[in-house]
Amino acid sequence: MSISVLYDVPGPKTRRRSLIASVIGVVVIVGFFFWMYFTLAAPRVNPASGVVTPGTFDISRWDILANPEVWLGFGRATLNTLRMAAAAAVLAILIGILFSFGRTSRYAWVRVPVSILLEFIRGIPLLLMIFFVFLVFVAGSYWSGVLGLALYNGAIIGEALRAGVKSLPKGQREAGLAVGLTPLKAWYLVEFPQAFRQMLPIILAQLVVLLKDTSLAYIVSYPELARTIGDDRNFFGSRYIFTLFLVGLLIYLALNLTLSWVARYVARRSGPKLGKVTPNQPMPTGGDGTRAITLPRKNYGPPDPPR
Amino acid sequence: MDAIIDVTPIYLAGFWVTLQLLVISGVGAFVVGALIATLRISPVPSLRVFATAYTEVLRNVPLLLVLMFCAFVLPILGSDLDFFPLALIGLIAYTSPFVAEAIRSGFNGVPVGQAEAARSVGMGFIQTVSLVILPQAARMVVPPLINVFIALTKNTSVAGIFFVNELFKQTNAATRDNPNAVIIVLLYAAFLYLVITVPLGLIAGAIEKRVVVMR
Amino acid sequence: MRLKKSLMISAIAITSILGLSACAGAGGGGTTPPVAEKPTFEAGTTMAKLADAGAVTIGTKFDQPLFGLKAPDGNPVGFDVEIGKLVAAALGISADKIKWVETVSANRESYIENGTVDLVVATYTINDKRKEVISFAGPYYNAGQDILVLAGNPEGIKGPEDLKGKNVCSVAGSTSEKNIAAYDVKLITTDTYSNCLEPLRSGKVIAVTTDNVILAGLADQNAGEFEVLSNPFTEEPYGIGVKHDDDAFRNFINDVLEKSYSDGSWKAAWEATAGKVLKTPEPPAVDRYTS
Repeated sequence: MSISVLYDVPGPKTRRRSLIASVIGVVVIVGFFFWMYFTLAAPRVNPASGVVTPGTFDISRWDILANPEVWLGFGRATLNTLRMAAAAAVLAILIGILFSFGRTSRYAWVRVPVSILLEFIRGIPLLLMIFFVFLVFVAGSYWSGVLGLALYNGAIIGEALRAGVKSLPKGQREAGLAVGLTPLKAWYLVEFPQAFRQMLPIILAQLVVLLKDTSLAYIVSYPELARTIGDDRNFFGSRYIFTLFLVGLLIYLALNLTLSWVARYVARRSGPKLGKVTPNQPMPTGGDGTRAITLPRKNYGPPDPPR
Repeated sequence: MDAIIDVTPIYLAGFWVTLQLLVISGVGAFVVGALIATLRISPVPSLRVFATAYTEVLRNVPLLLVLMFCAFVLPILGSDLDFFPLALIGLIAYTSPFVAEAIRSGFNGVPVGQAEAARSVGMGFIQTVSLVILPQAARMVVPPLINVFIALTKNTSVAGIFFVNELFKQTNAATRDNPNAVIIVLLYAAFLYLVITVPLGLIAGAIEKRVVVMR
Repeated sequence: MRLKKSLMISAIAITSILGLSACAGAGGGGTTPPVAEKPTFEAGTTMAKLADAGAVTIGTKFDQPLFGLKAPDGNPVGFDVEIGKLVAAALGISADKIKWVETVSANRESYIENGTVDLVVATYTINDKRKEVISFAGPYYNAGQDILVLAGNPEGIKGPEDLKGKNVCSVAGSTSEKNIAAYDVKLITTDTYSNCLEPLRSGKVIAVTTDNVILAGLADQNAGEFEVLSNPFTEEPYGIGVKHDDDAFRNFINDVLEKSYSDGSWKAAWEATAGKVLKTPEPPAVDRYTS
C-alpha cells in the first residue's frame, strides 16, 4: 500500500473516524441504488391518464431478450462497432502521423495548410464531421463513420505526436543530421520512433475514446450498437426503452473497460519509464518524479485526453 | 447565399443554446470534477473508491447513453426537470471525470517537495491542498482543462436528439430544408463551432507557452 | 489442446446458429408477391437495366411503425417494404435480391439523384417542392397528420387548435413539425418518433404529432397507453420517389400499383402489415402528373 505525503499515517482515532465515514459512505451509496431499483421496479401510474403500466423490471418488459434473434442482432452490432473502430483506429494513426509530419514541415506551403486543416478538424463536433462526410462526399454510412472518426482522432493523435517530437532533446535531431541524414530521414528514423513510443499511452487512451465515439455513427444509420438498440426500440416499442438501454450500457462498459485495461497494460509495458524520460517532456504525463502527490502511487498513467 | 440568410435565425438561436450548454455545464463539470479529484486523493478510502468508480464508469460509457439516461430514465425516477437541465446533468456527469483527470495531472505536476515542505511546517491535508498544491497546480491545469472545455463544446451537439434545440440539431434540420445548399449549410455550422473552439485553443496554447517558460 | 478443440466446437456451433438464423430470417414476415417471369422492357430504360441486373436498391425508413421498421434479424418489415417488393417482383426481381438502404429524411432526394438507390419507398409525401428535384409515382397510400395523446385523452384535445401554447413532440425538420408549427405550439423535437413517447408518458409534452398511420403503430406497440385522435388535419399522399424526369420508370411503377389494386396484391400487402392494426382502406388513384 502506498502512503501519500499529503497526510499522516492515520492513527487509531483517525482510522476509526475514517472507518465510520467509509461505512456511512457505503450505506448512502448502496441506499441510493436500492432506492433507484425500487423506484424503477414499482408499477408506473400515469398521473394524467391513470393508466398503470408494469414496473421496469417486470417480466413483460424483458421478454424480448428471450428471442435469440435479438441477441444475434446485438452480436452483429457489437462486431460492426468493433469493425468500425478498428478500421478508424488504423486510419487515425496513419492520418495522425501525416498530420504531425505536415505540421512540423520546414516548408510553409505544407505547414500552413496542414495547420489550418488541423484546427478545422479539431474544432468541429465529430457528429457534424460524420454528417459532413456522409452528405457531401456521399461515402455511405460505414465509410462516413470510419472517415469521420479517423480524421477527428487523427488530428488529436497528430497533435500528441507533434508534442512528443517537440519534447525530444534537440540533440537527437542534430545528431541525426550530423551523421548525414536528410531532415526527412532524421524525422522518421530518429525523432518519430521516440515520440511515438513516448506518446503511446496517450494514443491508446484516444483509441478508447474512438471506440466509444463509434456510437455517433448512429447519425448515418450505420448498424452499430447504439443504432441497433434504437432500431430494436422502434421495432418492439418504446416500453422496452429501459431494457434496451441497460443491455447497451453493459455491452459498452464491457467493451470499453476491456480496451481501457489493455491500453493501460500496454502503456505500462512500453510507455515512458520513470527515470528514462527527458526533462522537458510534456507536462501532463508527469513523468519527472513528481507523481508521488496523488494516490495510487503505482500504475499511474497519463490522463486520457478529452474526447 | 439565400440559404445562409434563411438559416441564420435558427442557427443563431441554436448557437445561443449551445453556448448556454457549454458555459453552464462547463462550470458544473469544473465544480464536480474538482470535487472528484479531491476525493481521489482524500484520506478516507471509501471516498477514494467512490471517486475512482465514478470516473471509471462514466469515462467508459458513450455520451449518447449518458444523455439517454438523463432524458428517459431520470423522469421515471421522478425528476420533473425540463430537457435543458436534464441535458446539463448529462453533460456535467460525462465531462467531470475528464476535468478530474486534468486536475489530477496538474497535482502530479507539483514537485513532491512542495507537499513535504507544507506538511513539515505542520499543515494538514486541507491546508496543504488548498494553500500549497492547488495554487501551483492551477496554472498547469488550465491548458488541459481548456481542452476539456473544447471537447465539451463539441459534445453539446449530442444533446440535440434529446430535445434540446442546440446548433447541430438546427444544422440537421437545415440540411433537409436546403437540399441544394447542403455544403454551405454545413460549413456555416462548422464556422459557428470554430468561433467558440479556435479562441479557446489559442488561449490554451498561449497559457501553455507561459507555463513552460515559468517552469 | 483441449481448449483449442472446445473453442473450435463452439465456433462451429456459433456459425451454425448464425446460418440457421439467416435462413429463418429471410422468410420472416410480409408477403411473397409472385415474381414476374423474364419480363421484357424497352432497351435503355431503367426497368431494362434493373431487370438485367436482377437486383434493385430500394431506400426506406427503419423507424416508421407499420410502414418501415428493421426487425432484429436485420430484415426490414412494413407496408413500404411490401410495396417495394411488389415493384421489384414486376421487374422479375425476387425479394431476396432487393438491397434495402436506410434513408433518412435528409438524404432521400440526394440518394435518388446520385443513384445510391433506384427508388425510395419511405412514407414519402408527394409535394411540389420535392417534385422539382425528383419524380413521384403513386400515391399508393393517403395518410394524414394526426395527434397522439394519452389514453382517455385527459387534456380533452380535439384538434391541432387545442395545442396552442402547449408542449408538442415531433421530429426536427419533418413535414409534421412544419405543419404543427403553424398552430403556435411549443415544439419539443428529436430525431425519431418513438423518442417522443417517454416525454408524453411523463407529461413533458401533451401530444405527439405526425402521420396517422405512424401514430397508430406507436399506440399499438404500447397497448393501452395512448390513443390517436383519428381526426387528420392534413393530407399526406405517399409516393414512390424516382429520378427526376424518368417518366418511363414512373409510368411503369404506376402501372404496377394499379395492377396491384385490381389483383388484390395491394390489399394482401396491407393486411400483412399495417392491416394488423388498421382497417383496409380503398387504394388511392395514382397521379400521373406531367412535370
